[in-house]
Amino acid sequence: MASLIGSYSLYFGLCCSFFIILFSVQNLKNYHALDVKVVSISFLQLFFVIISFLGLIISFVVSDFSNETVFNHSHSSKPIFYKISGTWGNHEGSLLLWLLVLTLFISLFLLKSKNQPKQYRILTLLFQQVIIIGFFIFLIKTSNPFNYIFPIPTEGLGLNPILQDPALAIHPPILYLGYVGSSIIFSSALAAMSLDYVSKEWAKHIKQWVLVSWIFLTLGILLGSIWAYYELGWGGFWFWDPVENVSLMPWLALTTLLHCVLVLEKRLILTSWVVILSIATFTLSMCGTFLVRSGILNSVHTFANDPERGMFILFFLFSLIFLSLFIFFFFHKTKSKITNSLFWLSKESSILINNLFMMYFLSVVLIGTTYPIFLEVVSSEKISVGPPFYNKLLIPFLIPFLIVMAIGPKLKWIKSNLEEKTYLFVFLIISFLLSVFIIKKFNMNYLMNTILITSAFYLFFITLRDFFIKRSKNLSQNLSHFGFSLLILSILFNNIFSTEIITNLKIGETHKSKNIKIKFESVDKKKEANYNAIIGKFNIYHYDDAVEFLRPELRVYNQPNIVTSEADIKTDLFMDKFITMNLVQNQDYFNIRYQVKPFMIWIWLSVVLISCGGLISLLKKKYED
Amino acid sequence: MYGRKVKLRFFFILLILVTLILSVFLILKSLEENVIYFKSPTEIKTLSEIEKKKIRIGGMVKNSSIFFEKKELKFIVTDFKNEINVVYTGVIPNLFEEGKGVVAEGYLKDRDFFIATKILAKHDENYMPPEVKAALEEK
Repeated sequence: MASLIGSYSLYFGLCCSFFIILFSVQNLKNYHALDVKVVSISFLQLFFVIISFLGLIISFVVSDFSNETVFNHSHSSKPIFYKISGTWGNHEGSLLLWLLVLTLFISLFLLKSKNQPKQYRILTLLFQQVIIIGFFIFLIKTSNPFNYIFPIPTEGLGLNPILQDPALAIHPPILYLGYVGSSIIFSSALAAMSLDYVSKEWAKHIKQWVLVSWIFLTLGILLGSIWAYYELGWGGFWFWDPVENVSLMPWLALTTLLHCVLVLEKRLILTSWVVILSIATFTLSMCGTFLVRSGILNSVHTFANDPERGMFILFFLFSLIFLSLFIFFFFHKTKSKITNSLFWLSKESSILINNLFMMYFLSVVLIGTTYPIFLEVVSSEKISVGPPFYNKLLIPFLIPFLIVMAIGPKLKWIKSNLEEKTYLFVFLIISFLLSVFIIKKFNMNYLMNTILITSAFYLFFITLRDFFIKRSKNLSQNLSHFGFSLLILSILFNNIFSTEIITNLKIGETHKSKNIKIKFESVDKKKEANYNAIIGKFNIYHYDDAVEFLRPELRVYNQPNIVTSEADIKTDLFMDKFITMNLVQNQDYFNIRYQVKPFMIWIWLSVVLISCGGLISLLKKKYED
Repeated sequence: MYGRKVKLRFFFILLILVTLILSVFLILKSLEENVIYFKSPTEIKTLSEIEKKKIRIGGMVKNSSIFFEKKELKFIVTDFKNEINVVYTGVIPNLFEEGKGVVAEGYLKDRDFFIATKILAKHDENYMPPEVKAALEEK
């Protein structure tokens, strides 16, 4: 029943689109104010999509296995929480969520843009409707979440156990708010271009939307990363997996855009650049969807490999790119010349320099992600690109990037000088000495490390100083930059000081190494509704007589029948102690991995700080208005 | 002759071009050094020379071939045409089982012997790496 309502709501929602287009085109010519009809139908559309989404959730909750999506991805013994999160834990449901966010954002836009010109609002709505219609058709035609199966199965196939996790339950909605939120930036950039409205007012208005997407995207990536850290059992937080890369690329573009919009707002330069970035961000999000959904790339997120879906997104993606290029070349007028109005030492030039670095980072990630695909098409060689590639190409360029990031905010707009800024040099020397000290103390004599730590410390100290000097003048920027320096430092120290022990143990055995003893005491058994677990009891004896008790789990899920290992992690301010165990088929040995990962918590906290900076900026804007 | 602005703009464009070419060159160069090729056991048998580079191999874990010791794990990877012996020390993913697909990363010792440094995790029992699937379909 819920399925049926959901299914019809989808069609009604699609019909709304056509009415919206019809009325807005009339409205564009005839009236002075925005037609109430257009706004109300937009809300009606949102209503239908919400109903449809609720319909799917209800089908999942009551385990209605006559629905194909529910049958494929749910099971009656699953806890209610994962029944709900299972709604977007699959291809069809996640696309419906995508559609929900698309319609939600345009409705919010209509509410929030009342002081903007009428024509601009209508055009934004129209461009957004083009995207919405595309996704409606995609959803209904290739991946309808409400397909009916007959005869009705008595039990479902179940949700992949590694997706049955609290972090991953909220990861998709948060990520999508960022990912799909960029659609509104895309639509409004196209609208502003068509009307020649790319101005300071527009920059001020669009900045909020950029901030919203950026905050959610940052948090979404963070959640995914935390999940990968404890659930996949490898103890890393970033694997340079194609799917991680496709979320990083829009983030890089969006961050660049965020900074450029500031320049546009203050100086009315870089208009074309802002527009291009707005288009690029959403295009990259779409590209990500295409790469992940078409099954070209393989990873955790590849739900189903269906060439038809890939073709559709590819076709849709190209139409959108073509449309935006068309508008860009025929409607866009540049208002200024960069070379005329840029002084080399100013805030805007430092932003521009870091823009170039960001674009470089973006192209490295883009090439690293797509190169294997091209090579396979061209020469049928199968390859993969691993972390060494990214480390080698990204790390050296982080150094100037961090330094410009520290100095840039200290400069004035238009024209600046370095007088009365001797502290900038003093801090550089302090950071350098500090990092040399650390490197020497721990015998990590790498030149690259020293310089990188220096530059990260530099940013760290400069931003830290600002918290005390000019309190709330630009708190948001300072907080985000501070967070970023903290992130880089934590990652560096995490990489340098991580240690691990991998061994195979039988129950009762002890592994001894230089300053640590791992004793495998015993195993316990536990029975839950949807899985049986074996819990290992490990005692870790440190050389200073400290003892730790860790309890990793092996879970055997009943539907689908999959074994997962749950890491046990002891977190404190300075380090995580991380243990996983695996059982090898028909053997008595357990495969044990014990890791000490310093500063893990700071990696997560610093990303939270970065997004808090964005949040403060957003709230401040509201407060001032 | 030319105005200052024209010169400046020319300089600017030149700078961007040079940076662009440099970075593309850099990226392609390190791609060449850092990509990992995927080979099936059959492809390894027909290799003309054994390189020192890191590669990935994939196929099925042969039935009753897993041999487990305190330190290392030995097993045989097969694509039902040819086989290769693998030795491995390290973390073993949960879905590593006899008769299931596997992808291992490491170095070739010779055409019959592979020293793995990593066994790649899979996330789903029905999931088969496309490389393995293709290699199996070729037989």
